[in-house]
Amino acid sequence: MRQSRVVTVSFDRVVKAFGAVQVLHGVSFELAPGRVVGLLGENGAGKSTLMKILSGYEPASGGDVRIDGTPVKFDGPRAAEARGIVMIHQEFALAEDLTIAQNVFLGHERTRRGWLDDAAMRAETARVLRLVGLSASPDTPVRQLIVAEKQLVEIAKALQRDARVLVMDEPTATLTPGETERLFTLIAQLKADGVTVVYISHKLDEIERITDEVVVMRDGRFVARERTSELTRHQMANLMVGRELSDLYPAKDARPAAPALLSVRGLTVPGWAREVDFEVAPGEILGFAGLVGAGRTEMFEGLLGLRRHSVRSLEIDGRAVRIRSPREAAALGLTYLSEDRKGKGLHVRVGLAQNLTLMALRRYATPWLHPSAERAALKAAVAEFGIRTGSLDIPASSLSGGNQQKLALAKVLQPAPRVVVLDEPTRGVDVGAKRDIYFLIQRLAREGKAVIVISSELIELIGICHRIAVMRAGALQATLAAEQLTEEALIAHATGLH
Amino acid sequence: MPTPPDSIEAPAGARERGVTRARHAWARLHGIGPVLGLVALCIAGFALNSDFATVANAMNVLTRTSFIGIIAVGMCFVIISGGIDLSVGSMAALIAGGVILLMNALGAHHVAPWLAVVLGAGFAVLLGAVFGLAHGLLITRGRIEPFIVTLGTLGIFRATLTWLSDGGAITLDNDLADAYAPVYYAAVLGIPVPVWIFLLVAVLGAAILNRTAYGRYVQAIGSNEQVARYAAVDVDFTKMMTYVLLGACVGVATLLYVPRLGSASPTTGLLWELEAIAAVIVGGTALKGGAGSITGTVVGAILLSVIGNILNLTSIISVYLNAAVQGGAIIAVAFMQRRRK
Repeated sequence: MRQSRVVTVSFDRVVKAFGAVQVLHGVSFELAPGRVVGLLGENGAGKSTLMKILSGYEPASGGDVRIDGTPVKFDGPRAAEARGIVMIHQEFALAEDLTIAQNVFLGHERTRRGWLDDAAMRAETARVLRLVGLSASPDTPVRQLIVAEKQLVEIAKALQRDARVLVMDEPTATLTPGETERLFTLIAQLKADGVTVVYISHKLDEIERITDEVVVMRDGRFVARERTSELTRHQMANLMVGRELSDLYPAKDARPAAPALLSVRGLTVPGWAREVDFEVAPGEILGFAGLVGAGRTEMFEGLLGLRRHSVRSLEIDGRAVRIRSPREAAALGLTYLSEDRKGKGLHVRVGLAQNLTLMALRRYATPWLHPSAERAALKAAVAEFGIRTGSLDIPASSLSGGNQQKLALAKVLQPAPRVVVLDEPTRGVDVGAKRDIYFLIQRLAREGKAVIVISSELIELIGICHRIAVMRAGALQATLAAEQLTEEALIAHATGLH
Repeated sequence: MPTPPDSIEAPAGARERGVTRARHAWARLHGIGPVLGLVALCIAGFALNSDFATVANAMNVLTRTSFIGIIAVGMCFVIISGGIDLSVGSMAALIAGGVILLMNALGAHHVAPWLAVVLGAGFAVLLGAVFGLAHGLLITRGRIEPFIVTLGTLGIFRATLTWLSDGGAITLDNDLADAYAPVYYAAVLGIPVPVWIFLLVAVLGAAILNRTAYGRYVQAIGSNEQVARYAAVDVDFTKMMTYVLLGACVGVATLLYVPRLGSASPTTGLLWELEAIAAVIVGGTALKGGAGSITGTVVGAILLSVIGNILNLTSIISVYLNAAVQGGAIIAVAFMQRRRK
């Protein structure tokens, strides 16, 4: 049953566009068989898209994926699995109500005389669970597992499929150091077996430790392929960003000495955040760092009244306030940019002006809406925020990711808030737009707004923030001032090694 | 490795633009589709029966359209916000019964007939709004699917009317019926009163939907409720008000309808929910919400009653199959909308 054939994968000018937005601009490189390849790039560089094309989740818009030299077109992940290519997603693809064993064999059920062979499937599941070091019974419903255990089930599922090329997208984002160690041992075993492992991660220390070579992508293009041993972490980071990091960020202003504009004490969002305290002054940029699932987004959604929450004391400008909905928050001068641009940030199929004015629509209604006033506001925002668009009469989906993000930013600034919470403001955005957004954030602070930035990219937090609060598993670990900010220190707090 | 030449992207970009253009053309075509359908139907009607193209018949069709049309304008708001109301036919029946009982009681207490009519009309709109408020509260505060809430009240409203009427009819007293008759039968400038009111409701509805913040919020919620919620829109209030608006529309439609027969029975308003929803959908509003038009809804309502009228005037398909034709139309239009994803 176990095969030890090696599979060579190469990409030849692979192009991908979603609607008008092109995310891959002709990517070519080869994956050497039996090696661990680190795939590096910032959010939006096109790593995940390229890997989804390889593993059959997305069709390419052009170019070829070759396996052992012959071009292939997978019409779904099953076809890719048949060739030994399996991807472990960042977002889990597990059926919550089925058991671990049922999930592991979903779509590949073993049968005996036409009936499901549960005993064989359970035994095989127990075997792969031992490999990944998960001690749960194969009969446990997936719903009862915590996030890290689900990640291990995903890995076990891939092992059962007997992958020859295994793509792991941020596999350690939710794992504890112990679980991470076990995963690294497993990767070493797979490599010894001749399996090619593509390892996508933002954690450069992990890349340095377990990969043989790195491939760097930027803005949908191939940038470099190097042996890991020949690169320093600093060089990796510069390759990802495409310029010296120091050019990317505005020079920092001194941290303002003013009293807090927003002060939060004892914020608890059940299941996500416990007793978190923080405050931010006018003109200050406060970062929130943490791993995926650390509860940052959920905590702020709770603060806005979008989730059940309790708070011991909440003050804006020294006055105790209550916030039960984003509407009340906006009325108090607090607005929030969601990390989920398409699902919560913009009406992607609706026009630019309608998106822009939604949060401050009352201003344009007397009581009849004035399309001309809305259009003027859009023109002003296009100029102010540098939104690049050919026409003003297009749906938001026709803008590129970076320009959509600028529109979303302009939207949450329409009500003229005093406190803005920006959740992953540069996600899925190219380097040029990132730079624009960093300078915009600084301008907001200079205007006297209190700015909170949540980001998974530590380098950018270090680049723009006065202070960074680090969260882990729903609790505030530390709040570090600018002079203490190093990537190592942040990671140590975020993973609990401190 | 060098960056590949741009020639690889160019064809993909050009193709994309072509597809976008084609999509826009299709969307424009879709907008005038109901109008084209209506024109085609009118030509067919004229060819089939010479009585069709008379002013009297046109006024007859428009008067009959008014009830459904007024309800459809309210329904348009509900559907654009992503909801549905299945109860409007039963609600109309119960409002009709309630209005007649109230007016008869006022008559028995020697209230002037005109005053009884005015109070009855006000009561119809109020009762509709209250029913709508109940729907809205159950849906937003109670977090129950609109389909379930209004399916439940569909049964409750009609059963209550049947119980009130003891299975028979609730009839308006004669002198009151005489005072009330002009509301249905009178005409201003040659156009029947119900048609004027239909026009007024439609113009008002279109203005609210397209030119007020409230209308924009309704569309924003239907387009993506999460985005609207995050954008500080009062989602619950906005949704609740769509049901209140619809209830008030049902009240207006009912107060116009009561003088026509002067009675309410368990079959009053039967299948009106089908006709009203069909008018909205045939008019080009997507059932999944987000975008829609009052003009389209008005055209859709007229189109459906023209079909009924043609069935009446000709003998190609039995008029008893009218609801089947409407049901078929709603499925056909939804099928065509399917590809506009």
